[in-house]
Amino acid sequence: MSAVPAIEVEGLRRSYGELTAVDGVSFSITEGTCTALLGPNGAGKTTTVEILEGYRRRDAGAVRVLGEDPVRAGRGWRERLGIVPQDCSDLLELTVAECVGYFSTLYPRPRGADAVIALVGLTEKAHARVKTLSGGQRRRLDVGLGIVGDPDILFLDEPTTGFDPEARRAFWQLIGVLKSEGTTILLTTHYMEEADALADRVIVVNRGRVVADAPPKELGARGDDESIVRWFEHGAAIERTTSSPTSLIVELYRQRGGELDGLEVRRPSLEDVYLRLVDEEPPT
Amino acid sequence: MRGLLRAWWARIRLEVVLIFRDRTTITFTIVLPFILLLTLSSLIHSHGLPQGVSFAQYLTAGMVASGLVYGGFQGLSTALPDERTNGTLKRLYGSPMPPSAYFAGKVGGVLVIYVCQMALMLTLGGVAFHVHLPTGQGQLVTFLWLSALALVTFTSLGIAFSSLAKTGQAAAAIATPLVLFLQFSSGVFFIYSQEPAWMRFIASLFPLRWLCQGMRSVFLPASYGSHEVAGGFHLPQVALVMAAWSIGGLILCRRTFRWLPIGEG
Repeated sequence: MSAVPAIEVEGLRRSYGELTAVDGVSFSITEGTCTALLGPNGAGKTTTVEILEGYRRRDAGAVRVLGEDPVRAGRGWRERLGIVPQDCSDLLELTVAECVGYFSTLYPRPRGADAVIALVGLTEKAHARVKTLSGGQRRRLDVGLGIVGDPDILFLDEPTTGFDPEARRAFWQLIGVLKSEGTTILLTTHYMEEADALADRVIVVNRGRVVADAPPKELGARGDDESIVRWFEHGAAIERTTSSPTSLIVELYRQRGGELDGLEVRRPSLEDVYLRLVDEEPPT
Repeated sequence: MRGLLRAWWARIRLEVVLIFRDRTTITFTIVLPFILLLTLSSLIHSHGLPQGVSFAQYLTAGMVASGLVYGGFQGLSTALPDERTNGTLKRLYGSPMPPSAYFAGKVGGVLVIYVCQMALMLTLGGVAFHVHLPTGQGQLVTFLWLSALALVTFTSLGIAFSSLAKTGQAAAAIATPLVLFLQFSSGVFFIYSQEPAWMRFIASLFPLRWLCQGMRSVFLPASYGSHEVAGGFHLPQVALVMAAWSIGGLILCRRTFRWLPIGEG
């Protein structure tokens, strides 16, 4: 794994009329890593990703994807990209095999269509029309179409929306395989446990700005000695964040003179950290 | 070059598969002209046509001309807005497909629809209403170049028109009445030379009227030419107008075509 940046973004800005969707975003992504872009709806995730994919213009900033400016890059560049867009409702009248077969003809070194269909777990549905697939199966097809060209960079925009837990685990395994093959992956997601399981690095954006950028285990000082202590009093949950949970519990035990209802001590999850990060931002 | 042709061929095959899986396309673009020919020819026997030309014969020329209007203009202008909103075009744009392959697919699809329309109308119509098919070499050549110019014109205009509407339904709301008006005023259903002058004037601004005149030279006896508005079929003039519309359509198509929905990009 070399340290060549596959994606470089510097001071990226994009507005839609009055609304500033992306407001000075900068980051750089190393080849062969998996990065998760997190943020609430409207934070600028999709605009950022679609600028990198060459779909949208930018108002300011520098962007390099595989060393090229997406606005000017040509077919040779597209051959090295895999894109899984959000909300697809196309291809309904074709079968899974027809879709994967067609898109495999567009790339110079495609993965075999059958292999891709097997990889996304749709072998049994290969001859079913796309309109008959469930939401999760359809999304798996989208992922299959994203990887059929054996891309160097794979963009996944909310890839597991609508997956059941089993399908999500299978999808995570697939991403593991792609990572081990050296594919650079940029993923946007709403699922914190997904980012935690897949990403080497998490970039949190809110209101068009990067508010945190770190490996999931270190995000927002998650590596610090903080714990969340939670218990019930008169049926209401009380939560404290503390760096000395044992002392807190001993103290509480003394005060209450007995057991605490529903006592729970845990390390902050990525979701806790994320919610704190997104919450901390002052409204503009 | 071979790669490009392969990309075109793959796209054409896909479009043709899609045409035959879509009931709307089959009924409204492939079968409709045949049904109109059948119904109107059964209802109207005499239309006061000179030279002993039957109404079925006259109508055949108009319906053949309408074929590419249905498949190319109406079909594409209503299908493309949906391909823009459902992500078809976005996915293709994000792939290394040569953009020309998409257009090749559309042209190929419209051509296949046209061939099916012709097969239905000219075989069954011929049997049911004794429609004489052109056999002269000159008529066949005229038919071919007229069809080629009309294919380019109506396909490119359909693609250009599709960029105006956000949804297929919105496009259909404009395209359908427009096509109907042009059919009525361009001499598809009625005898062009008997129409009011103002209507002929409007129709003359659009390509269908010229295509119909050209198709009449193919399907009607040469002697009918003297009953045309200008006293003849005037094929060079027809060719000139159709060629101008083809070029205009292509320019319009190139300037207005968009891969992403309105407001994106």
